[in-house]
Formats: sequence, structure tokens, C-alpha cells
Amino acid sequence: MNYAIDVHGINKRFGDKHVVRDLALQVKQGEIFGFLGPNGSGKTTSIRMLCGLLTPDSGSGTCLGFDVLNESDDIKKQVGYMTQRFSLWEDLTIGENLDFVARMFGMQDRKQAVAKALDELGLKARKDQLAGTLSGGWKQRLSLASCLLHRPRLLLLDEPTAGVDPKARRDFWEDIHRLSEAGITILVSTHYMDEAERCHRLAYLAYGNLLASGTSKDIIASQQLSTWSINGGNAHRFAAALQQLPMVEQVTTFGLKLHVSGKQPELLEPALQKFASSHNLQLERSSPTLEDTFIHLMREAHDQYEN
Amino acid sequence: MSSPRLHLHRMNWQRWLGIVIKEFIQLKRDRLTFGMILGIPIVLLLIFGFALNSDPKHLPTVVLLHESTPLTRDYVAAMQHSGYFDMIATVSTEEEADRLLDEGEVQFVVSFPPDFQRALVRGEHPAVLVQADASDPVAASGALGVLNRIGNEIFAPDLPGFHPQAPTSLIDLRVHKRYNPEGITAYNIVPGLIGVILTMTMVLMTGLAMTRERERGTFENLLATPATPLEVMSGKIIPYILIGLIQVTVILLAARFIFHVPMVGSLLLLYGVVLVFICANLTLGITFSSIAQNQLQAMQMTYFFFLPSMLLSGFMFPFRGMPQWAQYVGNCLPLTHFLQLVRGILLKGNTAGMLFHHIWPLLLFIVVVLGIGLKTFRRTLD
Ligand SMILES: Nc1ncnc2c1ncn2[C@@H]1O[C@H](COP(=O)(O)OP(=O)(O)OP(=O)(O)O)[C@@H](O)[C@H]1O
Ligand SMILES: [Mg+2]
Repeated sequence: MNYAIDVHGINKRFGDKHVVRDLALQVKQGEIFGFLGPNGSGKTTSIRMLCGLLTPDSGSGTCLGFDVLNESDDIKKQVGYMTQRFSLWEDLTIGENLDFVARMFGMQDRKQAVAKALDELGLKARKDQLAGTLSGGWKQRLSLASCLLHRPRLLLLDEPTAGVDPKARRDFWEDIHRLSEAGITILVSTHYMDEAERCHRLAYLAYGNLLASGTSKDIIASQQLSTWSINGGNAHRFAAALQQLPMVEQVTTFGLKLHVSGKQPELLEPALQKFASSHNLQLERSSPTLEDTFIHLMREAHDQYEN
Repeated sequence: MSSPRLHLHRMNWQRWLGIVIKEFIQLKRDRLTFGMILGIPIVLLLIFGFALNSDPKHLPTVVLLHESTPLTRDYVAAMQHSGYFDMIATVSTEEEADRLLDEGEVQFVVSFPPDFQRALVRGEHPAVLVQADASDPVAASGALGVLNRIGNEIFAPDLPGFHPQAPTSLIDLRVHKRYNPEGITAYNIVPGLIGVILTMTMVLMTGLAMTRERERGTFENLLATPATPLEVMSGKIIPYILIGLIQVTVILLAARFIFHVPMVGSLLLLYGVVLVFICANLTLGITFSSIAQNQLQAMQMTYFFFLPSMLLSGFMFPFRGMPQWAQYVGNCLPLTHFLQLVRGILLKGNTAGMLFHHIWPLLLFIVVVLGIGLKTFRRTLD
């Protein structure tokens, strides 16, 4: 199997803060790989190390077949990196930004490529507008267009849809899938569960540790959670009380419903039934969602690393 | 670890051109910076130009007289009458005269030797010593000019057979400039001004160039492209070379047509030298920029460099009057050599060959500083 990204044992510290610990990632060519984890878990740091913007303290591996430690110049030429924060030049126009990026990547057909990108973005008429005056969502779309310009083989997208409206988000994911079908590998970080579910495989990071990876099904199964959903008038008012029951690992709110999860269903079920009937609630066995699983992973990580 | 270093100096002209174009566009849109770049030379020229034109009068003067005779009294009266001198006192000992000069009470001490009148009448050209506080050279120069003239005009009528317009002087006027032996004249200020303005604007502007990218977050995007340090650093300084040349042209035009500074040397050579000097300052600025963490630090580094440049280069104080250690430091500053070069070309008409010993230090400076800059250029966000 040919891996677009194949790294292991990657560590990074900032001062005495261990931000990424022994990260191992294998991303197949043409795959859409989701990168998830709470704020500050090291997603951005990991992505930066993959494209040579940060030097790992230790570890080894390859990115597009080039060594991540020594060959970042070659990696950069074939990677499209979209930063989490808008990082194009606000005092250049949309057209000038794209033109600059095209020049930086030494594109031969620069003019056509820029014109095509503007066309696809639907920004042809506004190409002389300063990038700094675009709305947040449009800035994201411009950033994506600019990192696709040089036709990279690998896309590293750091929260590309933060602040983007639902329609644009949908369009964006359709584009991502089209690119993936064309053989481009995509590593994308996100906080949205629906986006996570659209990825071929996922990795979940917390406190710099890779806690789980695989397809979303694998990840859900790996945690062996049993989940019940509780309905009924004002169910959410009972969240604190449910949390106190023995064997309850976590209670999460989904709209007007509650999800109660635990690892010992044979003990948990009777307790829940008793609680539901005494409070006039409907109890229903359901399957844990990706979100239940991630919240569970995060709590376990918190207990393990924070204390 | 050897391969990334190899790429440091690689140069791709398309990428380089991209950076140059980007910098030009950004500079054009940055009204404040652009205005500052053109405003600084104009403001400084006006300030210094005013000093250049000033011909201060009523300068406090003390007369050191050993005997009061009609002729000395006439001379002193004529000095007073010229408007340049205010005779505030007459003293009879050198110590007292020195004290007044030391303490800055007076600008001039005029000393008549004993037996002045007799010697003058006998045609012995007696010496009149004028000691001037030349620490403010501009202030002293105009006044000194009139002294000689006064001597002939005053004494001629009393001495039959002598015409005031005669080429020989009746007295031997000895001017002794104190505190400023090199006696910087007004003309020296314009060449100096070119150097000071270029040092200030060039180092500061480029000093901010890289830190600005870092603070705005655009550095991350720039780093994600295959651009090399040499391309980024050299591409970023190109627009400022042009700005520097425009500044110099503005100053030269003003010097020529407003202040009538003589320009005897080759203009082409002058511009060549200016170009080298601009590059020296720009490489320093861009190096500061890649060392500094943020714009504030870059600014502080610039001022840290600017101060010795002003003080130890010979712009403020005469170079040869400085202690040895200060001269060593001064010789490491581009401005020191540039001042010699510009004075040499503009005022003395020196040719390239004669000036080479001031040109190679500038070239060496560029090479060393650029080397440091390329070494310290951070290719990652670490
Ligand atoms: N340059 C830096 N210097 C010091 N600490 C840093 C630096 N960059 C990141 N960190 C720290 O490293 C940790 C991981 O940050 P990182 O940006 O990788 O998280 P993230 O997973 O991308 O978070 P988010 O979801 O909020 O974007 C954080 O605690 C952050 O404070
Ligand atoms: Mg992040």
C-alpha cells in the first residue's frame, strides 16, 4: 500500500509543554482523512509538522514519499496547506493573491490557472476587491482556492469550514470528494460531527495523544459503549441526576433528548428503567453516535492526562 | 540536515519576481509608510536647511585687552557695529577669557597682543587672535568672515598710503576654532543628511518587512510555499532601493537649487555609491527583521543601530576628534564611510579610485550582514 502520509513517533514540545506525543499516522493515497480533537489537542501543530512549518523534536516518516525531516522543500511543492487562520495578504486583491501564490509555485500556465480559479470561486467580478474586505466565509473559500491552485497531490486543510454557511459547507464537501476521487489525498481537521462522518477514516487527538483512529464505525465500536436515549417532557432537567447513578459514564444532550452511556449494560439497564419509570420518561436502547464516543474519549483523556 | 541548507541560496527568478511585485503593491497601498518615506527627507531638509541658511548675529564676545588704545577701541566698536558681535565684557587676563569661553558664556574671545598699536603703525602685521567656540560651527562661520574685512576698513584711514582694497592685510588675524578642530561647515550637512535619512528610513522600513508578515500571520502562508530565504530577503528589499534613490534625488535637487551646495564630482559615481550604501542598510534592516520576534523588537534594534550611526560616524562630531575606540566602532558603521564618500565626491570631486578604501568596507558589510541574515532566517514557525 502506498501511503501519502506515513509518520511515526512524532513528538513536539513548546518549552516544557508536550504538545504532540508519539504521533503515528498513516493516510492512504486518495483518502479523506479527518483530524479531530478538542481545542489545543495538537491538530494544527501536527499538520504544521507534516508540511515542514515546524520541526519535530523526534520521530520520522514520509510525506508523499519525501522525508518529513529533511525534504520539506520537496514536500511543500506538492502540498496545498490551508491555515486555520486566514493567512493570505489582506492588502492584496483577490486576483493579486492568487497570482502571487501561482508565482510562488512556479506555475507555467499561471494566468489561465488564476482565471479558472476565480471562475470556479464565482469571484471573477470581484477580483479587484481587497482580500481583507471579504466576509469570513469568503475568506475561507479564497484560501481553499489558493491552496488548490498549484494542483497539489496532498491537501492539508486546517478547519477549512469554520464560519462557512451550510450551503457553502455542502459545496465544499462535494468538492473535497471530487478531489479525492481524482486521487488527491486530503487531511482535514474539523470540529463538526457531520463532516467527520463524511471522512473515510478519522483520527482523534487529545492532549497531544492519538486516542483512536480508523473508520467512524471502528472508532465507535472500539469504545464498547452502550447507549440509551431518554425522551419525555423536560428530559434535560434530569441530566445531573442521571449522572449520579452508578455505572453511568456520561450523559449528553441531543436537542430535547438525553444520551446516557456506560460500559456495563447489564447493570446499567435496570437502573435506567427504574429511573425512567419513576420520573415518567421514555427509555430506548440506541447505538452510540460518533459524538458520544468522542466525548467519552475526551473525558477519559482528561482523567488520564490532566490529573 | 545538509539538504535544506543547500536550498538556502537557490534562486528562482519567477518566484523572486513574484515577491518583488507583491512588495511593490503592498508599499503602494500603505499610504502612511509611503508618506513617511517621502516626508522624512522633506521635513529634515527643511529643518536642517533652516540651520544652513541661518547667519546668526549678536554673538556674545569678550575682548582680552592688555592696553586700551584708540585703534583697539575702533576695532572693537567696528565689530560691535557689524551686528555679528555683542561685546559683553573686556577682560585683562587669559584665565578669565578662557573661563568665559569654557562655560559657554561667550562665543568669541578677541585678544590683542601687548603693543598692538605700535606694531600696527610700524607695519609689522600684529597678530589678533580670535578664539571661537566652534562646537556649533554654523553659528561661528558667518561672524568670522567679517573680521578680516573689518580690520582693513578700520585701520586703513589711520595709516597713510594704505588702500582698504589692497590684497595684503594689515593685521595677522589668527582664528583658532576650539572644540571642533575639523570645523564642519554648512556644506557638510547636506551630504550628511543624505546618509542619515537613508540610514533611518531604509533600516526601519525593511526592519518591519518580515516581522509584519509574522504578526499578520501571512508568514505561515509564505513559508508553506517553496520560496527560499534568498528570494524572500532580496525580493523584499528591491522596492526600497527605488525609494532610496528617489529620496536621494529629492535631497540632491534641494541641495543644488535651494542651498546651492557645490557639486564638483561625478553624479554617476555618486549614485553608484548611494546604491551600495542603500543595499548595506537594506540588508541590515532585513536581517534585523528576521532576527526580531515582532515589529517592536525590530524597531528597537533599528534605533539601537541608528544612535551610534548618528554619533560616531562623523555626522554629529568630527570623526578625527573622537577617541580611538569610538573611531573603531565608527569604522564598522556604513554611514562613516558613506559620509567620506559623499563629501569626497560632491565637494572635492574625488574619483572612484581615490575612494575605494571607503567602498570596500561597505561591500564587506553587505556580505557579512547578508550572511548573518540568511543564517538566522527562520524557515519554520518554531
Ligand atoms: N508556537 C507555539 N508556542 C507555544 N505553544 C504553542 C505554540 N503553538 C501551539 N502551542 C500550544 O500547543 C497546543 C496545541 O495547539 P494546536 O494549535 O496544535 O491545537 P489545535 O488542536 O489545533 O487546537 P484548535 O482546535 O483550537 O485549533 C496548545 O496548547 C497551544 O497553546
Ligand atoms: Mg488548530
